[in-house]
Amino acid sequence: MGKIDYGGITREACLEYIPEPKVGDYVMVHVGFAISKVDEEEAARTYRFLAEMDELDEIAGPELQI
Amino acid sequence: MKYLDEYRDRKIAEKLVSEIKRTMTRPWTIMEICGGQTHSIVKYGLDQLLPEGVELVHGPGCPVCVTPLEMIDRAHAIAHRSDVIFCSFGDMLRVPGSDGDLFQVKAGGGDIRIVYSPVDCLRIAMANPASKVVFFAVGFETTAPANAMAVWQAKAQGIRKFSVLVSHVMVPPAIEGILRSPENRVQGFLGPGHVCAVMGYREYAPIAARYKVPIVISGFEPLDLLEGTLMAIRQLEQRRAEVENQYGRTVCPDGNPQAQTMIHRVFQVCDRNWRGIGTIPKSGYRLNPEFQDHDAERIFDVEAIHSMEPPTCLSGKILSGLKKPHDCPAFGNPCTPQTPLGATMVSAEGACAAYYNYGRRGPCVGR
Repeated sequence: MGKIDYGGITREACLEYIPEPKVGDYVMVHVGFAISKVDEEEAARTYRFLAEMDELDEIAGPELQI
Repeated sequence: MKYLDEYRDRKIAEKLVSEIKRTMTRPWTIMEICGGQTHSIVKYGLDQLLPEGVELVHGPGCPVCVTPLEMIDRAHAIAHRSDVIFCSFGDMLRVPGSDGDLFQVKAGGGDIRIVYSPVDCLRIAMANPASKVVFFAVGFETTAPANAMAVWQAKAQGIRKFSVLVSHVMVPPAIEGILRSPENRVQGFLGPGHVCAVMGYREYAPIAARYKVPIVISGFEPLDLLEGTLMAIRQLEQRRAEVENQYGRTVCPDGNPQAQTMIHRVFQVCDRNWRGIGTIPKSGYRLNPEFQDHDAERIFDVEAIHSMEPPTCLSGKILSGLKKPHDCPAFGNPCTPQTPLGATMVSAEGACAAYYNYGRRGPCVGR
């Protein structure tokens, strides 16, 4: 078992299904069991893509209106 | 909170919506599988934000909704017994059986406990050695590793008076059931992010290929769902039908092997009856024979259950994407979350409850 901080609320969850859990890891918890460790690189990649979409559109914005 | 808040950015959501609009040349109908996704879509108003022509229909991925009535009646019959402590996730308590719900069983003297996790039941069993502790093990592949662990631990620790009433279901056979229906109108799917966190998504590739439908494994936050929709529409417009993973931060292709190992130790695949849909072959789990001492269905031989579905309830058609909540004449009157006729109104993840709770009460709203 490990302690999980849900943005301020702390509860125990079973970490049996997470290989080598470390303090500071982000996990997805379902009915008291961590079932997946958040892949930080993948999260950053997805978010970069989304954020780039925001910037791209701003650059392309005025041209699109012509 | 990190990994949540940044996926709720309004400006990026609007950009994704305009990108969807730019991409599409014709209307498309897309089904999100999970009840959690349905809830998010209606809560954040994504259905109303999407361009006209994108219709989101709501899938069967709500465990409370698809648990068959006769299983709920069986649960109630077991929960009524004076020698039983009946444990359940909270959202099963208000599900109407043929005759009342678990709250009414509790009011009539039944010992009903709401648990957060199935392993809580083991603590209850150890503290109450005179009682038989029964857990109502419903859910999809996401919940199966937790329920399997509770049974595994009970056997390992010799907690003999703990049993589970199993009504476990799986997503891929349900997708196939929807696609095989001659009435099917779903053209692409937002796949179940948390089910795939456990199972991975390799088993979806043959379905995408066989039925020529894109399946985009998606998360649950607004930007996840909008990006998933964009990815599905891009595939549809380019006449591709592949499995793509929008939810890479949580889902990897092979899922969680440790969790799968525990599922397969404790459960075996079986046919399951889905409420409103009917029996789907090889669509669920039951206990392996070596765990039969923990099988509530075997221990409590409940007979003579005559289940009666309310005739007006459309939940089966809603779960298959054929109807929307406000197509139902009973929606909002008399059927409400406080007085539900069917399961899609009971669970917070049910499409009817989501529509009702977030103000989609008239046919003019929602697409």
